[in-house]
Amino acid sequence: MRKNWAIAVFMAFLLVGTAAWAIAPVPAKEIKAGFVYVGPVGDGGWTYMHDKGRLDMEKAFPGLTSSIVESVPEGPDAVRVMETFVRNGSKLVFATSFGYMDFVQEVAKKHPDVVFMHCSGYKSAPNVGTYFGRIYQPRYLSGLVAGKMTKSNVIGYVAANPIPEVIRGINAFTLGVRKVNPKAKVKVIWLFSWFDPGKEKEATKALIDSGADVIAMHADSGAAPQAAEEAKVWVVGYNNDMSKYAPTRHLTAPVWDWGKLYKYTADKVVKGTWKSESIWWGLKEKMVGLAPFGKSVPDSVKKIVAAEQAKIVSGKWDVFTGPIRDQAGKVKIEAGKRMSDGDMLSMSWFVQGVEGTIPK
Amino acid sequence: MSAPFRVERRLDCPAWLNWAIPVGAVATALLAGAVLLFFLGVSPLAAYTAMFRGALGDAWGLSETIVKAIPLTLAGLAVGLSFTMVVWNIGAEGQLVMGALAAVAVVRYAFVDSAPVMFFLMFVAAALAGGLWAGFAGFLKARWSVNEIITTLMMNYIAILLTEYFIYGPWRDPSSLGFPMTAPFPAAARLAVLGGTRVHVGLILAIFLALLFRVLYRWTRWGFELRVIGNNANAARYAGMDYMKNVLLAMFVSGAVAGIAGMIEVAGLQGRIQPGFSAGYGYTAIIVAWLARLNPVGTVFVSFLLGALLVGGDTLQVVMRLPLASVQVLQGLILFCVLGGEFFRNYRIVPVGKGE
Repeated sequence: MRKNWAIAVFMAFLLVGTAAWAIAPVPAKEIKAGFVYVGPVGDGGWTYMHDKGRLDMEKAFPGLTSSIVESVPEGPDAVRVMETFVRNGSKLVFATSFGYMDFVQEVAKKHPDVVFMHCSGYKSAPNVGTYFGRIYQPRYLSGLVAGKMTKSNVIGYVAANPIPEVIRGINAFTLGVRKVNPKAKVKVIWLFSWFDPGKEKEATKALIDSGADVIAMHADSGAAPQAAEEAKVWVVGYNNDMSKYAPTRHLTAPVWDWGKLYKYTADKVVKGTWKSESIWWGLKEKMVGLAPFGKSVPDSVKKIVAAEQAKIVSGKWDVFTGPIRDQAGKVKIEAGKRMSDGDMLSMSWFVQGVEGTIPK
Repeated sequence: MSAPFRVERRLDCPAWLNWAIPVGAVATALLAGAVLLFFLGVSPLAAYTAMFRGALGDAWGLSETIVKAIPLTLAGLAVGLSFTMVVWNIGAEGQLVMGALAAVAVVRYAFVDSAPVMFFLMFVAAALAGGLWAGFAGFLKARWSVNEIITTLMMNYIAILLTEYFIYGPWRDPSSLGFPMTAPFPAAARLAVLGGTRVHVGLILAIFLALLFRVLYRWTRWGFELRVIGNNANAARYAGMDYMKNVLLAMFVSGAVAGIAGMIEVAGLQGRIQPGFSAGYGYTAIIVAWLARLNPVGTVFVSFLLGALLVGGDTLQVVMRLPLASVQVLQGLILFCVLGGEFFRNYRIVPVGKGE
């Protein structure tokens, strides 16, 4: 099994990475941090939330300065942008999208004295840490809400790219939906893009036309909630509280708090105790959460969500605990078993209840 | 009431204007940009210095500018060739992507552990892939007068979707944990780079092709036919030039060069493809070709300048903390003024005397 082998190598990387590296302490005043963004700060979603986290970090560490480069394509241009940061004095560089992975490695090799943090990838190095959040946990919770609110039992899911991160989110959401409503199904449309408000809106409309009365989404802008508001269907946002895009139809949204991680990292770098680690924080660490519920969400539903949330935060149970079946009805995770982080990070199959295919 | 001046067509353009117009245009743009920067609360002088320093101020900046200029030059030459005969190949982006895809296919299915052999194979495969992709649109135009602007543009989307199909599907790297990217190229399939920079042998190829195109346009029969068809297709037909053959050939060569740009980009820089690996070079190439007034050697210089603008733009964001939007406005101002300056090459403004 090549995949298992790859995961073993990945884990080995993590171990080696965590074992033996610390960067000399740097006074906060002298620290410059650079952020590579995949979209514009004004996307109202993914990049907007990263920037919010960056500002939180700046506030917490007076003297620490940071700069950003927006809309950097996930291609060789990323190398130049990161080099530009380093050449202008950045000692800490955050690359906030998966597609920068190879390029982070390339630049990090040349600058062993600079700390690189790569979001959502799986390659680390002595001076490269990775970070992400267990957004699948609040996605599951938002699925509970969606499953309770649907009347047509068809829920639409506007999904960016068919990669494990997004697949995991769809699965967690569907598990939530089916937990409270076993008859409901989740229809997926792929965008093959992270940020394309036009496509996001079109996909939303197509899902509504095919019978969806709740829309969930994994994309970087607020276009899907806007389209849902126009069509008067419920919507579960993503990244941040998207109720401003859908004031009357927004149910809730799985949201990020990147500031938690950015402050944690800056603190380590300031103290000189930074080590390469692979961070995957969840509801417990409050790196992810749920946006406030919309007015139409009944208290009974809120109660269900609170109970499930408590189960996850306590650590007694997590979303991908068996029995879980795939689309064909085959048991993928046996009853009582919990999926490993490695399997979650490379997830490439849909759970029962998802209607859609993963390009192979 | 009449305006105090009138616009008059120039019969010929004095030599000094060829230099004065671009210089004046850039100066105008920088002045207008200075006003913008001033209102953004940034010292224009500091910003321009940062931009210049980032792109051209040291060996690294210069090397990165060249890295950007290489695919722009090749793609600019590609579209320039078709524009010369007034055939509008808007599909360099798709042809470039097809070239990159062909290079990946060669590495995947016909790998030989020898750098020269690999270079040759990838070169031929990319040229064929790009050439046939554009040639198909050329055929439709030559045979049935199908509008090539529409076909080449639409074929861009097909090419990109086709590439995504392979990246997400059969060619996905099995060790990428399900993430969309092809397997990394072995060392023999990568292009040689200059020292510690990212400048690769594509530079030599780009300059060589630019000179070759210059010779082609100026001193060969085919170049002459291209220009005549561009000036007046009917006259060319009347003179016995084969329009159909020339459209096909021009589109094929145009696509082939764009395909080579794609292969150079993938083998020279990342050594694998992932979604969105082309930063829109095929589209920027259209601006390059027009700024260079379809002159092959000019294309090299314009690509270099555009590369410098893009590289300098990063420094503006990092050092001056300007948002991308204002950097793009600055870049847009320069392009706008340079293109607008072309007006003065063909027209002049004459003050209207009292007696008229």
